[in-house]
Amino acid sequence: MEFIQVEDMSHVYYPGQENEHAALKHINLRIKQGEFIAVLGTNGSGKSTLAKHFNALLLPTSGHCYIDGLDTLNTEELWQIRQQVGMVFQNPDNQIIAAVVEDDVAFGPENLGVPPKEIRQRVTESLQAVRMERYRKFAPHLLSGGQKQRIAIAGALAMHTKCLVFDEPTAMLDPIGRTEVLATVKRLHEEAGITIVYITHFMEEAAAADRVLVMDHGEIVEDDTPAKIFIKVDEMKRRGLDVPLAAEVAWRLRRNGIHLPQDILTNEDLVVALCR
Amino acid sequence: MPIEIENVTYTYMPLTPFERTALRNVSLTIEEGSFTAIAGHTGSGKSTLVQHLNGLLHPTTGRVMVDGADLAAKGKAAKNARCCVGMVFQYPEHQLFEETVAADIAFGPKNMELAEDEIDKRVRDAMEFVDLDYEKYHSVSPFQLSGGQMRRVAIAGVVALKPKYLVLDEPTAGLDPQGRERLLKKIVQLHKKEKVTIVFVSHNMDDIARVADQVVFMNQGEMILKDIPQRAFFEEEKLQAAGLSAPQLVKLLKGLRANGLDVETAAFTVEKGVENILAALRRKRNAD
Ligand SMILES: Nc1ncnc2c1ncn2[C@@H]1O[C@H](COP(=O)(O)OP(=O)(O)OP(=O)(O)O)[C@@H](O)[C@H]1O
Ligand SMILES: Nc1ncnc2c1ncn2[C@@H]1O[C@H](COP(=O)(O)OP(=O)(O)OP(=O)(O)O)[C@@H](O)[C@H]1O
Ligand SMILES: [Mg+2]
Ligand SMILES: [Mg+2]
Repeated sequence: MEFIQVEDMSHVYYPGQENEHAALKHINLRIKQGEFIAVLGTNGSGKSTLAKHFNALLLPTSGHCYIDGLDTLNTEELWQIRQQVGMVFQNPDNQIIAAVVEDDVAFGPENLGVPPKEIRQRVTESLQAVRMERYRKFAPHLLSGGQKQRIAIAGALAMHTKCLVFDEPTAMLDPIGRTEVLATVKRLHEEAGITIVYITHFMEEAAAADRVLVMDHGEIVEDDTPAKIFIKVDEMKRRGLDVPLAAEVAWRLRRNGIHLPQDILTNEDLVVALCR
Repeated sequence: MPIEIENVTYTYMPLTPFERTALRNVSLTIEEGSFTAIAGHTGSGKSTLVQHLNGLLHPTTGRVMVDGADLAAKGKAAKNARCCVGMVFQYPEHQLFEETVAADIAFGPKNMELAEDEIDKRVRDAMEFVDLDYEKYHSVSPFQLSGGQMRRVAIAGVVALKPKYLVLDEPTAGLDPQGRERLLKKIVQLHKKEKVTIVFVSHNMDDIARVADQVVFMNQGEMILKDIPQRAFFEEEKLQAAGLSAPQLVKLLKGLRANGLDVETAAFTVEKGVENILAALRRKRNAD
């Protein structure tokens, strides 16, 4: 069985009630240990709903979600599942709990029973990774939007879980902050072999993943490498999505008779292709 | 009349361990009918600055004048001035509280004591503005929406007030690419057709470059630049200082240029960028 295995899983909010809503429809999905997966989709397509199944915050209303072989429907294993999957929520305010930044970052590892000395070390490392060590003693609710987002990320990093789920972690960050967070995520993936599920509305970020899922109305409608996904420019736009800027420029240049390779995703790719 | 920010300094929690000066001596004029964009690193003071524009925060020193009235003053003139500034907060979904989407959007117009049918019209128009289908969503609870959908509802609630000045703090964060593009277009339309003055905080330099006629860079609470986008985004040092970067498109064109393609780098739309690259390739071919 793969690290994350989803079998014919559906999620219906308020089943049987007037406001019933099928947010996930018969999803099948396998994610290997150590993969870096980006998830794209329009607002309301089901990305956050899917992500919350990976740490059993939501349970399938039918079908199954297995994390490292454990069925999330089996409540006895809930504890074990949560120890493996850390989560950065879409809105950092929903995540920040403590009155001081360092306590907030320590909250996760404390709950996992990590010894105090090690917790302190993890807190320092995690705050350094998001460049917020200066704010260690600060009150999180007094931080700016982007600063809160960084604290939420540090909190998840400190858990040292096998898998991290990021729900739009860079939405409120400045361009340099975005680059840094993505670099941190890549490092965790490459050096520590952490499984990454990364939800984003930034196509450039998705291009850095090994594999991209596209969601539409509660279904996974594409599942492929970034190069194969982003070559279908018309289709992505029709779905209300987009492609990285370099991929769009390349697509337009090709339509003007310029010969270019098919796998242009980054500015560097395009520079190499045009300035050889 | 313009909005005048005069020598504004703002200190959060003065005389406590959390004391923090978030704005230092900022002066800025926002002309009526202008489209001003504010950019800067996280924590640079953007949200603090814009919260002065509707009197939510008052300067520690300095003052903010809207239509000639000092917002910190007591009395009717200041109150009226505060009311003509509509504000979409950075995490506007926190402000949602009514039981249905329609009731939430109608809350402001109701307070303005508008007629029932005018309120209804404003709610429908505002929902169209943010691309939320009225039939599908008007009776849904805002708390059963996705993140991006909640944000749309919050924006609609402010648009429904039809403010003379519209301040938007990162309104497109969390919207999907098409939603972002459409909302930007609508904001531009509001600015052009209805002559609404726009103040737009964003981390998306490509968006700012396309829509603003005045760009402000904030750095550690100071305003370090105020210029038209055509110049602002080529000020390398100031961009760096502010923790920003040029628009993706400009970076791409500069990368091509640095690697020997003689391409014109001033382009803020993909169409123009592609045109410039094609022209450069043609020149290169002719020269070979
Ligand atoms: N708590 C809830 N109760 C009822 N319906 C919900 C709830 N949360 C989400 N939904 C609905 O389920 C669908 C999927 O929502 P979800 O939050 O998973 O979308 P998303 O892809 O993460 O969108 P976004 O990009 O806006 O964050 C939406 O149509 C939404 O209205
Ligand atoms: N209520 C508060 N009390 C104390 N300090 C605050 C408060 N709100 C913000 N600050 C501090 O003031 C500075 C400016 O914050 P502000 O929210 O204006 O930044 P911003 O430019 O909007 O950042 P972002 O891009 O992250 O939203 C930050 O260093 C922040 O920590
Ligand atoms: Mg979501
Ligand atoms: Mg802010």
